[in-house]
Amino acid sequence: MLADEVQLLKRIPLFAKVEPSRLKLLAFASERQVFQSGETIVREGEVGSTAYIIVSGEADVLIQTNHGTMTVSKVGKNDFIGEVAMLCDVPRTASVRALTNVDTLCISKDLFYSLVKEFPEIAVQVMRVLAQRLERSTRLLRERAAPAANILTEGDGV
Amino acid sequence: MAPTIYRFIMRHSARQQVLLLLVTVASFPVLYYTLELPKIIINEAISNFDPETTLFGQDVGQIGYLMALSGLFLTMVVINGIFKYFINTYKGRVGERMLRRLRYELYARVLRFPLPRFRKVSSGEIIAMITAEVEPLGGFIGEAIAQPAFQGGTLIVYIVFIFLQDPFLGLASIALYPLQGYIIPKLQRRVNQLGKMRVRTMRQISDKLGETVAGVQEIHSHDTSALHLADIADRYGDIYDIRYEIYRRKFFIKFLNNFINQLTPFFFYSIGGYLVISGQLSFGALVAVLAAYKDLAGPWRELLIYYQQKEDARIKYEQVIEQFEPPGLMDESLQTASPADPVAIAGTMQLTNVTLTEESGTTILEGVSCTIPLAGVTAIVNAGGGGTEDLAPLLARLTVPSSGSIRIDGRDVQHLPESLTGRQIGYANASPYLFSGTLRDNLVYGLKHRPLRPAVPVPEVLARKRQRLEEARLAGNTDHDVDADWIDYEAAGCDGPEALAVRLFTILRMVDLEDDVYDFGLYGTIDPAQRPDIANGILEARHAAREALAHDSLRSLVERFDRDHYNVNATVAENLLFGTPVGTTFAVESLSDHPYVRRVLDKAGLTSSFLDAGRQVAETMVEIFADLPPGHELFEQFSFIDADDLPEFRTIVQRAGRDGPDQLGEAERSRLMGLVFKLIPTRHRLGLIDDPFKDRLLRARRVFADELPVELRGSVELFDEDKYNSAASIQDNILFGRLAHGQAQVANRLVRQMIAGLVDDLGLRTCLTEVGLDWQVGVAGSRLSAAQRAKTALARVLLKRPALMVLNEATSGLDGQSQTRVHAAILEERAGRGLIWVLHRPGLARMANLVLVFKNGHLVESGSFADLQQDPDSVLRSLLTNE
Repeated sequence: MLADEVQLLKRIPLFAKVEPSRLKLLAFASERQVFQSGETIVREGEVGSTAYIIVSGEADVLIQTNHGTMTVSKVGKNDFIGEVAMLCDVPRTASVRALTNVDTLCISKDLFYSLVKEFPEIAVQVMRVLAQRLERSTRLLRERAAPAANILTEGDGV
Repeated sequence: MAPTIYRFIMRHSARQQVLLLLVTVASFPVLYYTLELPKIIINEAISNFDPETTLFGQDVGQIGYLMALSGLFLTMVVINGIFKYFINTYKGRVGERMLRRLRYELYARVLRFPLPRFRKVSSGEIIAMITAEVEPLGGFIGEAIAQPAFQGGTLIVYIVFIFLQDPFLGLASIALYPLQGYIIPKLQRRVNQLGKMRVRTMRQISDKLGETVAGVQEIHSHDTSALHLADIADRYGDIYDIRYEIYRRKFFIKFLNNFINQLTPFFFYSIGGYLVISGQLSFGALVAVLAAYKDLAGPWRELLIYYQQKEDARIKYEQVIEQFEPPGLMDESLQTASPADPVAIAGTMQLTNVTLTEESGTTILEGVSCTIPLAGVTAIVNAGGGGTEDLAPLLARLTVPSSGSIRIDGRDVQHLPESLTGRQIGYANASPYLFSGTLRDNLVYGLKHRPLRPAVPVPEVLARKRQRLEEARLAGNTDHDVDADWIDYEAAGCDGPEALAVRLFTILRMVDLEDDVYDFGLYGTIDPAQRPDIANGILEARHAAREALAHDSLRSLVERFDRDHYNVNATVAENLLFGTPVGTTFAVESLSDHPYVRRVLDKAGLTSSFLDAGRQVAETMVEIFADLPPGHELFEQFSFIDADDLPEFRTIVQRAGRDGPDQLGEAERSRLMGLVFKLIPTRHRLGLIDDPFKDRLLRARRVFADELPVELRGSVELFDEDKYNSAASIQDNILFGRLAHGQAQVANRLVRQMIAGLVDDLGLRTCLTEVGLDWQVGVAGSRLSAAQRAKTALARVLLKRPALMVLNEATSGLDGQSQTRVHAAILEERAGRGLIWVLHRPGLARMANLVLVFKNGHLVESGSFADLQQDPDSVLRSLLTNE
């Protein structure tokens, strides 16, 4: 129900600080979609414009390798699939296939953008979370790259 | 067309005008007696009765005489009334008939305008001219001759009377007429100019209004409503200024005229009085002259009004006519010429020095000379700089070249009648126009040139119909019956409606439109009484669908209607009615206002649940939509409440919170309850429809059906497993349920596949396509996609099997796969017959026998595809490598 979906959205870090009434609108305007077990939710390489929040059920995350399809992880309740697709059109980096019946709340890029346009404070919250992530990954990258500093410096010119 | 309104009147209604005049003159004596008799009654019958008086030689006495005269008076009044009635209706009839003729002539002229003309006049202006501007002319035409004759005649009678009394006073009474005759037209001239300005400004305004309607999306998308309001306000201001100026001048003319009229009595009093005093004129004569002069004022005023009306009508007529005489107007005979002309489009088409220049002086095509064989495929390739898209209408004789000539087998196409070019030449472009009506109407449109078989006569209306056609003839309108069967089956190679239906399907397949039409059929409705075959087939499909849907893979995708179960994928309204509303009585918007519905809810104990749920819906909507601007897309898509109504609901919610829902007024309660009817539990997920609610609603459903009064039975078509529901679409009839919300795209596709399978198994596909042909295409085909419109236009041309088909990038809007299929089909269909194709992709030239390559409006090379492709220096070759 709507109230549960709002709770669900609140648990997503990207939306944690967004006002509940906005989340309610987001949830209300979003669709629920059920995938039968075995159905593919997103397909690697396809350009997507929808993000899915799993309300119930489990799904496999698969990637194509030279040696065939490989399961890299599992996702379940409260997990957010393809959040980047909600922000811009990008090819999916992995496939997700339903393991059980999977109930999702899908948030389309169009919907999210029209909300952001109307309520810029949502954008500010999302931006903050994204910036923190960027900072963290840059830091991680720097830490990991430190031993390979030479390569990085060479690469700068490219 | 007659250059002035008087010529127009005399040319087409001289006889009626003369009759009007004669009847008017004939009514004079009667009118005179109705004025004269009261005097006689008072003088001779009442006050100074002469006992010697006899009536037809009989002595009738005073009372008898009085009664006889009074009776005569009454008779005269009645006869006068009859005269007036006849004259007025006759005037109206003549006016209306002439107006009808004028409008018809104008419309016929629009149909003969050269096409480039339509770039300069807007539809708004044409509409305003044909509808509103000429309207007052009808009233004037009825009076054009009789009114001045009548009033002028009266005036002359009075003047003669005055002259007979005294020539001097007679002279005095008309002394100022020359002055009036000089000054008033002078003043009027300025008013006339203003009148012209007003007409022009008004036309521009209607043009702007038309533009606003057409471009309203741009206005919204750029937030320019303020600009348009300011623009229109400015134009209204112009109209105001002009009209105010007209009023001032018009009433000044009246004032001046009145003053001059009063100046004459001044002379009578002073000069006449002097003459009486000096004994040269009797007192009685002066009084008589004064009385006669007073009577002069009436007709004189009427003449002045007539004069102003006449000027007004004259200007209107001339200004309208002027717009309908553009240079290059097609000769009338080209449209009316007999279709039995044996000439055919065959042989070759020769272009000699064809040049096309825009009015601005820009040259579009220059010095094009070539010979195109009409049997075979000719491709026209644009190598840049345009011109080819303007060449296609020239080749189809839709436009004519500015200089040079186009000949078919030696005959200049300019002189070919449309009954030949419009039937033997087919033309389609990428953005064709469709007329509102069904898809079928639009497809057979190209076969309707003349009424071919009279409509099935209905005895009751036969006389009426004959009369209408006779009246049309009298007004110079066509006597073609629009209700007749106009379809030229033979032109489509068919012998009747059945063969045409088969042919239509073939053509739909050719233009790759069959699946679309099948889809239209799924969303269409049928009347089972008219098509019991389809209805029975659909019911069979429904039973088969029930079995298919029981299968695991589909079970969750569709929730079927079941009298004993609440359908969570349908609205509360559908669940209550358990049927489809027919008409507006049980439409979801007004359901909560319906007394019977309210009674049913009361009986099932649902009223308070509805109120409560309604309040919660309203609260949620007010909360989440409060900060969105009105008209925001999310509003339109998701809200239960119109943006305009949101403040009202906010007030209702506040009051319900403060005073309790019981304190709300009836109207407010009804509004809250109305929201609940739109709820679909699985879609809206508001958690308001719980199990007790569902149980009670099922009870209400039974009550609703059981107690439905006879007079309301026609307003709802109840769901019945074994009965076809004529108010629901065919797809809904097959599914007999609702698609489950929240199913992935795949699921929808599965259901559609299932339906398609059933339809094919039961041999219903043709029926559905046939139903799909009745799909309303909307204004200008707005209910079709651009590609569907282009395909419809292609089908329309293919259906009439023209000797020559001209395609102007007609398939450019189709997707790649569709293009491949359609191109192949067209080439196969047109094998051995003429096809000139202006291509949107040079590569398509491969299929042509002759390729003409144009650059900057010049023909730069021509030849077979193979030759041009092999020539290393050819333009076509470089185009192909770049493609």
